[in-house]
Parts: sequence; structure tokens; C-alpha cells
Amino acid sequence: MADDKDVLRDVWFGRIPTCFTLNQDETTEREAEPYYLLLPRVSYLTLVTDKVKKHFLKVMKPEDVGEMWFEYEGTPLKWHYPIGVLFDLHASNTVLPWTITVHFKNFPDRDLLHCPSNSVIEAHFMSSIKEADALKHKSQVINDMQKKDHKQLWMGLQNDKFDQFWAMNRKLMEYSTEDGGFRYIPFRIYQTMSDRPFIQKLFRPVSPEGNAHTLSDLLKEMYPAAIPNEGEQKRYQVVIHGIEPLLETPLQWLSEHLSHPDNFLHICIIPTPSD
Amino acid sequence: MSDSAESPTETQKEEGQSASDDSATNDEKKKIDVLLKAVGDTPIMKTKKWAVDRGRTVQSLSQFISRFLKLDANEQLIIYVNQSFAPSPDQEVGVLFDCFGSDGKLVLHYCKSQAWG
Repeated sequence: MADDKDVLRDVWFGRIPTCFTLNQDETTEREAEPYYLLLPRVSYLTLVTDKVKKHFLKVMKPEDVGEMWFEYEGTPLKWHYPIGVLFDLHASNTVLPWTITVHFKNFPDRDLLHCPSNSVIEAHFMSSIKEADALKHKSQVINDMQKKDHKQLWMGLQNDKFDQFWAMNRKLMEYSTEDGGFRYIPFRIYQTMSDRPFIQKLFRPVSPEGNAHTLSDLLKEMYPAAIPNEGEQKRYQVVIHGIEPLLETPLQWLSEHLSHPDNFLHICIIPTPSD
Repeated sequence: MSDSAESPTETQKEEGQSASDDSATNDEKKKIDVLLKAVGDTPIMKTKKWAVDRGRTVQSLSQFISRFLKLDANEQLIIYVNQSFAPSPDQEVGVLFDCFGSDGKLVLHYCKSQAWG
């Protein structure tokens, strides 16, 4: 059996082959060729698409270029969700490459946050980590870190340096054996069928009787419809990093191994494809 | 936690709220108590306690505070939870209340400049 540490690597290096095409309504001086890129699942769209921007700017006049944003089949893509979450939520079970449409005008203020610079992504990322640690350790671990340690987490993500990131992130994954896990599991459950952005509540990794809570226990409480009744057809897929983990998997293990770099376990619930 | 939908101190009617969402469940329609505290040289609000819709976003709350304090449109206002992190502008206050509320209320700090982290 593979070492559990290998899972961290597999998660970090997950990639989605993507084809970027320019929105038809953009004003160009000549035809824009599509641009292909392998997108890191754990990163953010606006952090890894400098090349895409450069590519399309070649055929556009500067006065026609507003803030770049992305759309998939009519849905504006939120840059502040990890890329893998966007794919699992909106594009699972479709043919690869993932075709994303690039826009430079009509920024949808109602749907998307502005992202004028990488420092906005950094602030969002660090805030998520702090929120997660507030749930896991009452903020004790993140507060004990120094400014340069915080920077190391961010630089690790920005530069795709697995070892640099995990040298620091492993501290955020520690807990006493006595507790048997974090205080609460930082998770977010996304669904396409709802207007609500996501479900997030307090949930402990261990039951009051001392049993490890599983993914199934979490769903039973947060989204019971995701668990098929006996003899019934499965209506939903529960997807993390593009796979459907066994519902019996302990939640603490999932939190330590399948969380995104922002330290949240992002869970997508999508309707089972009907073929 | 008190079940009353109204804040015990002030029941400020909130402005600028459009018609409520049809799909919202009863749970989402409930209001929560939010205590707003100023940080640094940011002006304080006379009314500190507000009953806020669970589904209201951090961004909309921050716009409300800015209007209340009559801040310039270009002045930023950052909202903090636990005096430690700034939730994403599209976060619902209901979620923050569920995870970080205590004694039946959610304490939020607001600041015109970066206060923490």
C-alpha cells in the first residue's frame, strides 16, 4: 500500500487539461487562437493564467481590454474558489479538455469578486488558512507562526513548491493524540442546485462516544440527500479532488490528506449523470 | 441562544434589502444578532447590535456600515472575525454565526485599514 504521504503529492500535483478560448464578442484585430494549459487543481484561476492573458492581448487593442474573467457554459467562474472545486462542481463528467471562455469586458460584478493583483489572492488565501486554523486549533498554530512562515505558505502555493509549502503546512495539520483529531473539521460543501454559496458548520472529527466520524456522518448531518437509501439509485456524486472517496473514510484523515492548501476540505455534491 | 427573531436592543430595519429570495428556507430567513465593533481610528456606530439576515453577505454588511458611517465611496472597510481573519466578501453572515458566534451573537470588528494579518 502506498504511503499516505504520497496522497499529499498526488493532490498537490493534480492537473486539469484546459482549453481557453476568447469570447466571441471581444473586439480583436485578428482571429484569436485557443490557448492550452494544464491547470493545477489546488491553485486559483487568476494566479496561473498570466500566459493566457498575454496570449489574447496579442490580438487586442489596449483600449478594448478590461479586467480578465472566466466563464464555463454561461457560469462565471469564481477565482477565489480553488480550480479543482470549480471543475468538479461545474464540469465533472464532461469531455476533456475543459473549455473555458475568456472575457475582457462586461465584468459580472454580481457574481465575481475583482482581482486586481496577486496580493488580493494572497490575502484571500491567508484568510482562509486563518479561518481554518480558528476551527482546528482556536488559531493557536497560525498565531504562533511568524510573518515569514505565513509567507512561506503563500510562496509555496504561488510557485508550486510542494516541499516549501508542506514544510510549514504540516504544523497546521498537527493535533494531540489525546484529542484524536482537530477541534472542528474545516469543510465546505458546494452544490450546483442551490443559490447558497456553500454549507459550512461546526463538525467534530470524533463523536462524544469517541468514535471517528466518517464522511458519511458529515453528510448525514449536512446534506442527507447525498446518501442513497438502501435499494435506491444513487442521485448524487460526492466528489473531492475529482474522485468519490468511500463514505466510510474517517473525516480526520480526509481533512489531513485531501484538504486544499487553504486548509479546507472542499466537497462537491453533483447530480449523478444520467447518460 | 434566544429564538426571538428580533434583536433585544435595537430592531433596526435594514435599508437596501431587495425582495427576499423565494427559494430561501425558513432557516435562512431567520435573523441573527451581530455586534459591530470599531477598530483603531474607524468611527464607532452608536447602535452596535443589529439583527441581520442569515443570508446577508459580508460585502453587503460592509456597504451598510460604510453608508451608516458616511464614509467616502473610495474608502475601504474590512470586516474581521475573531479579531483574526477577514472573511471573503461573498461569505454569508449566517455561516460565520454558526462557526464563530458565541452567546447567541456574532462579534465582528470593522476597520478602515488592515488591522490583523
